[in-house]
Amino acid sequence: MAIATEPPKQGFRLSQLLYDTRYRSMTIQVVVMMMFMAFAAWLVDNTITNLAARGKDFNFGFLSVRSGYDIGQRLIAYDSDSTHARAMLVGLLNTLLVSFLGCLLAVAVGVTVGILRLSKNWLVARLMTIYVEVFRNVPVLLWILIFLAVLTEAAPLPNAFKEGGSASMLLFDSIAVTNRYTAVPDPLFSRSLGNIDIGIFLISSDLMALIAVVVAGWYARRLVLRRATAVQNATGERPVTWWKSVALLTLPAVLTLWALGFHLGYPSLQGFNFTGGINVSNAFMALWLALSLYTGAFIAEIVRAGVMAISNGQTEAAYALGLRPGRTMNLVILPQALRVIIPPLISQFLNLTKNSSLAIATGYLDLRGTLGGITLNQTGRELESVLLMMLIYLVLSLMISGVMNIYNASVKLKER
Amino acid sequence: MKKSLFFGTLTAAGMVAGFAAAGTLEDVVARGELNCGVNTGLVGFAAPDANGNWSGFDVAICKAVAAAVLGDPNKVKYVPTSGQTRFTALASSEIDVLARNSTWTFTRDVDLKLDFVGVNYYDGQGFMVPKALGVSSAKELDGATICIQTGTTTELNLADFFKANNMTYSPIAIDSNAEGEQQYLAGACDAYTTDASGLAATRAAFATPSDHIILPEIISKEPLGPLVRHGDNQWGDIVRWTLNALIAAEEYGITSANLEELSKGSSNPEIDRLLGTSGDLGPMFGLDNLWAKRAIAASGNYGEIFAATIGESTPIGLARGLNAQWTQGGLLYTPPFR
Ligand SMILES: N[C@@H](CCC(=O)N[C@@H](CS)C(=O)NCC(=O)O)C(=O)O
Repeated sequence: MAIATEPPKQGFRLSQLLYDTRYRSMTIQVVVMMMFMAFAAWLVDNTITNLAARGKDFNFGFLSVRSGYDIGQRLIAYDSDSTHARAMLVGLLNTLLVSFLGCLLAVAVGVTVGILRLSKNWLVARLMTIYVEVFRNVPVLLWILIFLAVLTEAAPLPNAFKEGGSASMLLFDSIAVTNRYTAVPDPLFSRSLGNIDIGIFLISSDLMALIAVVVAGWYARRLVLRRATAVQNATGERPVTWWKSVALLTLPAVLTLWALGFHLGYPSLQGFNFTGGINVSNAFMALWLALSLYTGAFIAEIVRAGVMAISNGQTEAAYALGLRPGRTMNLVILPQALRVIIPPLISQFLNLTKNSSLAIATGYLDLRGTLGGITLNQTGRELESVLLMMLIYLVLSLMISGVMNIYNASVKLKER
Repeated sequence: MKKSLFFGTLTAAGMVAGFAAAGTLEDVVARGELNCGVNTGLVGFAAPDANGNWSGFDVAICKAVAAAVLGDPNKVKYVPTSGQTRFTALASSEIDVLARNSTWTFTRDVDLKLDFVGVNYYDGQGFMVPKALGVSSAKELDGATICIQTGTTTELNLADFFKANNMTYSPIAIDSNAEGEQQYLAGACDAYTTDASGLAATRAAFATPSDHIILPEIISKEPLGPLVRHGDNQWGDIVRWTLNALIAAEEYGITSANLEELSKGSSNPEIDRLLGTSGDLGPMFGLDNLWAKRAIAASGNYGEIFAATIGESTPIGLARGLNAQWTQGGLLYTPPFR
């Protein structure tokens, strides 16, 4: 019987850190980490020294000081007596507004164009190709400037809308396109529920009520559809649901609007400008359209790629089962294509949100224009303003990708 | 090395170079060139011609300083700065002097750590409107759309003026005078507001200046002057006294025409000290005794510069007004050279 000999016991030698593959990767990581920390510490130290040499400190006290400047487009109450912090909030909301509407329009445009590009109709497919190539391959800044130039140069002055002037309003005198803004009707409620004051700003209860009933209607529709599927699974016959869907999606909103006494305030020319409606500035329009159409071109390609990724056999199989083309798209292709489409779509949303800081070219006062522009300039707090701005954009981006990841998890292939 | 790496990382924060340390004079002499911050183009104050030669009222300050320090008024590198970039450019040593229609205010002087060395133009903020608008007073501008340059005192004054008069307006933020001009002429705003001198200069560049009027209201005090970084007093003194030399030269009747003759000696001891015929003022701040003579020779005395660039015989047509010598009822008054 052989006696197992113990392997010779050997102490740990320092050279093992370099030559022993068990330790080497650890060594490298520790060294890189130390170098990185030293670099960071050196940056911070340098900043402090340099600020001190210029007699400046690092402090965010300026945010609570009166801002002293006015902002053209504001979603919440603000005037020159408000603080810099509030100016920052106004800018942030402007960023969110243009990003949100931009994402909506970009998806609408992108999905439509992406699917039409696959059309069998030669002309439609080519037109969509031209759109995609033209928008994708010209820098978005140029698109913003082009839209702005067209809006300011081509549209008439507000005072051309005077009695006997050369311009006239559109859609039964409800919309005026001018070289400064587009004046559109303002939604008003004669039996308004008032506003909820959440401390920082007011939220319209009417809007909240409207959103609540629409969401409720949407949810009810889902229940109806689920029941229909259950019935179909049990009996093989799917009950007719379309009119229930339409009713659930529209009636609650219509009834709520009626209950709140919804009506429109029409813009009219008073003195220099239109009042009584909402003036959507050209800066906003140009930024919104340019960002949406530019990003839309990328989304179109993503959608096309997603649809093409589903093998043709699936379509043929669906046809063989007797599904019509629309059904095939909705029930077979899209659910699978979404898995491919969502992840790159997230980065397009992030791109659009960050690109909205190109508002600088139009004078639209977004976060960069207020905190990173006028506030930075009037207070001279460059470092603080820029760091704060970076932090806000970072949090914003993380939130967008967080939400989109949740959505992605809900549509992705569930393996059981 | 340490500096450049650090700021390379932090350019985003708008800090481009190093310490505002003493020694600007040595830097300029070693470089053989003065970096002078001017505006991006405002005819009369600072604008390049077709050959890239800059001229104007603010440019004359740059030339005088270069002549005093380097002996040659042409050894200047003009750095165009916008309302938003100018102070950062100065604080980060990208430029040695800023001469760009900049208003002397408490916060700029104290909080931004800059030193205004004097005033070369006493101004105030005004409004320009097209004649066709039919407005004759700024008080009639309620509800108007107004173009303003961001990063200026102008936008703060505007907010205060409308608030004090219980009026509303919609601001259109613009980045440079050129953009403002274009927006205003395209009718994107009803009125353009900035320093009255800037309005006159802007209007002079229009195709038909007579179609536009400058409203009578002046809503603020805007003492415009050259400035330097806080902390380098020797350099600050040089720029301050170069400006003073130009103003004093007009007071004492020293002109480009009689400069050579007067510097041979005159009956006025103040002139002799200024032109370096007697005394030793120049060496006190590290220059030679002929610094002021060279500064005046660059483009003449204050009055000559004013008349040649923005005065009544130019298209801009500004009257001396507050900017006359104290002996003529104006505000220009230099401390004595002794
Ligand atoms: N004096 C004001 C305003 C200075 C200012 O920006 N002036 C304009 C108009 S007079 C200008 O010089 N613009 C030239 C440019 O945009 O380069 C200030 O210091 O804030």
